[in-house]
Amino acid sequence: MPQITLKNYLRESRLFRHRALTAAVVILILVVILILRLQQLQITDHSHFTTLSRENRVKVVPLPPTRGLIYDRTGVLLAENLPAHSLEIIPEQVQDLEQTLTDLAEIITVEESDLKRFERLRKQRRRFDSIPLRIRLDEDEVARFAVNRHRFPGVDIQAKLLREYPIADQTGHVLGYVGRISEKELQEIDPSNYSGTSYIGKNGIEKTYEDQLHGMVGVQHVEVNALGRVIRVLESQPPVPGEDIYLTIDAGLQNVAMNAFGEENGAAVAIDPQNGNVLTLVSKPGFNPNLFVEGISPTDYQALQESGDKPLFNRALRGQYPPGSTVKPFLGLAGLETGTIYYNQKKFCPGFFQLPNHSHKYRDWKKWGHGSVNLEDAIVQSCDVFYYDLAYQLGIDKMQSFMSRFGFGEPTGVDLVGELPGLMPSREWKKEKRRAPWYPGETLITGIGQGYFLTTPLQLASATATLSMHGQKHKPRMVQARKRPDEPIQILPPEPTDALPIQSDHNWDDVIHAMSQVIEGPRGTAKLIRTESYRIAGKTGTAQVFTVKQEEEYDEDKIDKKMRDHALFIAFAPVEHPRIAVAVLVENGGHGGSVAAPIAKQIMDHYLLGSSQ
Amino acid sequence: MIRQSRLSGLPESNPTRAEGLLSDMHLDLPLLTGLILLCGFGLLVLYSASGQDVAQIERQLVRMALGFTSMVILAQAPPASLRRWSPWLFGASILLLLAVLVAGKMGKGAQRWLDLGFFRFQPSELTKLAVPMVVAWFLAEKALPPQWKRLLIAGLMILIPVLLIAKQPDLGTSLLVASAGIFVLFLAGLSWRFIGGMILVAIPSAWALWEWGMRDYQRNRVLTFLNPESDPLGTGYHIIQSKIAIGSGGLYGKGWLNGTQSHLEFLPERTTDFIFAVIAEEHGFFGILVLLSLYLFIIMRGLFIAAQAQDTYGRLLGGALILVFFVYLFVNTGMVSGILPVVGVPLPLVSYWGTSIVTIMAGFGILMSIHTHRKLLPT
Repeated sequence: MPQITLKNYLRESRLFRHRALTAAVVILILVVILILRLQQLQITDHSHFTTLSRENRVKVVPLPPTRGLIYDRTGVLLAENLPAHSLEIIPEQVQDLEQTLTDLAEIITVEESDLKRFERLRKQRRRFDSIPLRIRLDEDEVARFAVNRHRFPGVDIQAKLLREYPIADQTGHVLGYVGRISEKELQEIDPSNYSGTSYIGKNGIEKTYEDQLHGMVGVQHVEVNALGRVIRVLESQPPVPGEDIYLTIDAGLQNVAMNAFGEENGAAVAIDPQNGNVLTLVSKPGFNPNLFVEGISPTDYQALQESGDKPLFNRALRGQYPPGSTVKPFLGLAGLETGTIYYNQKKFCPGFFQLPNHSHKYRDWKKWGHGSVNLEDAIVQSCDVFYYDLAYQLGIDKMQSFMSRFGFGEPTGVDLVGELPGLMPSREWKKEKRRAPWYPGETLITGIGQGYFLTTPLQLASATATLSMHGQKHKPRMVQARKRPDEPIQILPPEPTDALPIQSDHNWDDVIHAMSQVIEGPRGTAKLIRTESYRIAGKTGTAQVFTVKQEEEYDEDKIDKKMRDHALFIAFAPVEHPRIAVAVLVENGGHGGSVAAPIAKQIMDHYLLGSSQ
Repeated sequence: MIRQSRLSGLPESNPTRAEGLLSDMHLDLPLLTGLILLCGFGLLVLYSASGQDVAQIERQLVRMALGFTSMVILAQAPPASLRRWSPWLFGASILLLLAVLVAGKMGKGAQRWLDLGFFRFQPSELTKLAVPMVVAWFLAEKALPPQWKRLLIAGLMILIPVLLIAKQPDLGTSLLVASAGIFVLFLAGLSWRFIGGMILVAIPSAWALWEWGMRDYQRNRVLTFLNPESDPLGTGYHIIQSKIAIGSGGLYGKGWLNGTQSHLEFLPERTTDFIFAVIAEEHGFFGILVLLSLYLFIIMRGLFIAAQAQDTYGRLLGGALILVFFVYLFVNTGMVSGILPVVGVPLPLVSYWGTSIVTIMAGFGILMSIHTHRKLLPT
């Protein structure tokens, strides 16, 4: 028996050793497989996984640049950035958003419109983006939230800079405003440069000079953990702030012009004829651009939209009005320069004009006529019959080609978005747009600045400046200097001069003399504004409203006022060396000489004499 | 031969006082050294992986102390006694498993614990020892290799506790228990023909199950189980982050306490199932090689001890225990490095995983007992 046991023992021991050896070999093979796998991960694909690891932990946070400031020509601040506190929520980090919003409403004021905006932004943005719920928290609200902050993970107060327009009502139409970037704008901008930016210029200077004002985004590489919380800053490239812009606009002049309108609505534009600098650009009523910065509330917007005064409508830039008699100096010059008439050539004004073989009477504004008038009389007294005759002799083609030189019928090219071109009618235009031939009668009413003829106040001011400079034409401009960060102020060279063709300098002097008599002559239509301080050359105008093709519907109770004529006045001064050219339009103001001219006078006084108060 | 006899504490060598103490305590120095090094390394890694949480280190130290204590206690028990206790232990563990099942039903929900008031006890851990013990006891009674009938009975001894644990459900533990039992069968000389036959049966039946036995959602579950990266927001997230941690560690690693994947919490379960990825990230390929060498040393020493055992019971049990230790290692590292499906198995002695440390150390106690209670035989 012991023999058998021993044999058994040896056999079993051998069997076991064999199996153990097999197991050892299998173990080694498996360990080698494991090592090969680790070699693949840690050596072969090391750089790939290093990248993934870095992408995991390093997040690039954009640092938005500070928007450039806007100053007027004298250094008055027109647009600045003020710190404001906003309450922002990162949806991803909030467990129960509904409950959080309800709880927050107990601490700070949350209005329906705030919630709506929040919902809208939440859909547009990513879950880990910070979305503002309330903006411009007051100090009490900031303090109340700070105390309760522990209750609201994922909710925090952000201090940021908000655009602010200190003299909002007077500069709204010039500056425009910034607002939150819309879906459409998102398509057009460089997404990386705007990655940290919430606002974009929507209108006016803010939009035109968006690229300069915005600046360059900076980046910060931060280390985050799996929850997205920032652990530390790895590296940082600071943003480049936007450029500061110095406008040609004079804030004081803007104020004077705005106030000069009193209760009236309208527009005034003043240009420095020497260089095209726009000194003032006023459209009344103005509006408060600050309302738009954080998204205007529906009630505010409705109020602006529904106001019969249309405060959002930039009359100076986009208002297209018949120029009326203000075209007379230009057309008179056309008559002289084309040799159609000479300066002292007299015509008899019986109070009406008739085309040959037509019975229709084209009436003068003075029922009984001006009698025998030359060009100077026609300008000074604004005789229509003289101009019916001149227009008849010139014909629409010559008129159109001459007037176009002054920029009528096309945008001036000012550096403001949204400018409209007005309308200088021609045969081609009528054939194309109206599918009708040009009638001789239309030539006549074009000759007194009515009919299809439309201009913007800016165009009128620009044309007046060009006239005052004997055809030295400058493109109007709004910006005269800029300041890049860490650089001195850089004065921008004036726009190059474009010299209009001139037949005779005398013709220009004659017309300018006639314009000076509008103010200085005993029968001048604007003799009211005569001053001893400096000499003014100007021309009044009255635009008949019933010919105005405007899309607006007037309120019934205002219809009387709205049917009154628009009062116009163009002028420049001093006559000898023009420093300011002005165009004033008073909507439904009546007569140019009595309503519009005094406004222009106040503007010129302030600019040429200093404070007129 | 001299070295071996010295380490095994045999009297003909000239032991120093420390070695004498070790042999008095029935401990095996190479195995003990390996285990202490591994535990020490594990604590260092855990310190980093836990975000330098000293409280967690203290708890792990307590478990390790418990583990070493149970190792020392079991090392004192002669293999003959262990063999006698085997069926009783097995019976008791089956009863406890049933108790957990009943308690779980009453407690409405999956349960693995048995709350003894002062102590929470996990019977499935006991099974990890009881199953190889009872199978080794059963097979060692008759000559090896076992006959078919005995194989069938041994198979049932394995299957019953495995099913009970799988029902808890605890896939990782049931896998470990099953492999412990199967390793005993394998070491007992399970014929290669039988092993081949099982594989031949398993493949077509798995295919048949896939083709006819499963609904679509079940198939999807199997697919995600086999390829977790197809579910990048669920289990795949673990594997993806784990692979990033390992791969970004490179040759030398990011340095102790410098693993970004673990410290910035991208790596889930970084102190437990996925602690291997922390090691790979912070200590790199070389660190992993050192760790694997340590494991291999322990495993090879264990196999050697089993092969030196003087009776069949000791051989089978010792061999099975050390092979299970390897299964822990391979299933865990294979899962973490993305070559095996995700199964909740800890990295032995390193993962922050309470009861497994005690069980594993108890297993090494049994190995030491087998080795140090040998009687000198004439050769």
